[in-house]
Amino acid sequence: MIPLSYFIILSIVLFVLGIIAFFIKKDLITQFLSVEIMLNAANLAFITFSKSASALDGQIIVFFVITVAAAEVAIGLAIILLIYRQKKSIKTEDIKSMKG
Amino acid sequence: MAQFLFFLLAVVCVASVFGMIISKNQAYSALFVILTFTCTAGLFALLDAPFIAVIQLIIYAGAIMVLFIFVIMMIDVRKGIAPEKKKWTLVFASGIAVILLIELIVAFKMAFSPLSTSPSQAIGNPSDLGYLLFTKYLYPFEITSILIITALVGAIILVKKKEKE
Repeated sequence: MIPLSYFIILSIVLFVLGIIAFFIKKDLITQFLSVEIMLNAANLAFITFSKSASALDGQIIVFFVITVAAAEVAIGLAIILLIYRQKKSIKTEDIKSMKG
Repeated sequence: MAQFLFFLLAVVCVASVFGMIISKNQAYSALFVILTFTCTAGLFALLDAPFIAVIQLIIYAGAIMVLFIFVIMMIDVRKGIAPEKKKWTLVFASGIAVILLIELIVAFKMAFSPLSTSPSQAIGNPSDLGYLLFTKYLYPFEITSILIITALVGAIILVKKKEKE
């Protein structure tokens, strides 16, 4: 039997790695990927707590999170494609028209 | 056996996130993230959630990442991403992240000290999940379908090229 706290620690580590990746990487697609990793870490925590409470509600929430993530990815990638068409680049440094 | 499986999946998971951070090519990053999602599906299966594990494999590692790979194909990545100029962002981000990591772990230890590990009956039976989804969570389920339709139409309208008049 694996202690459930191991799963929570792994989820925290994955979340923090996602944050590091978000701040280090300089292109929109990889930043978007790291947001997905953070969502995944949150899902892992939800399922662990669901197991700990012996209730199914956590798994239902994860089901909804996955569905919303699918919608979010569709819209986000469409916006990235639009930015690429306008600026011919997906680097964050090139998107600075609102920089003061 | 389960312990060995957990450590194997955890190590591969964290290592592939590191690979995603290190690799310069976005296509390789996407492939590393697929590996991460697959390992997380294995962890879900270890936690008595077989339905969510399969959903994770099919929707996340399958459909969503295929979307990512298609967009990477459309965007010209041969020019590559310029090498990091500002070194201090890396140091700054890592420092803040380590502080956050310690903070979260301490908060977890103090808030949920005894996480019950009683070998309860197997939850996560797909039929129970479906029953709950269509009784208690019926309205969120229906609203989600509206959300998906909206996202579909929105994505098509955003990307559609305007006709020149």
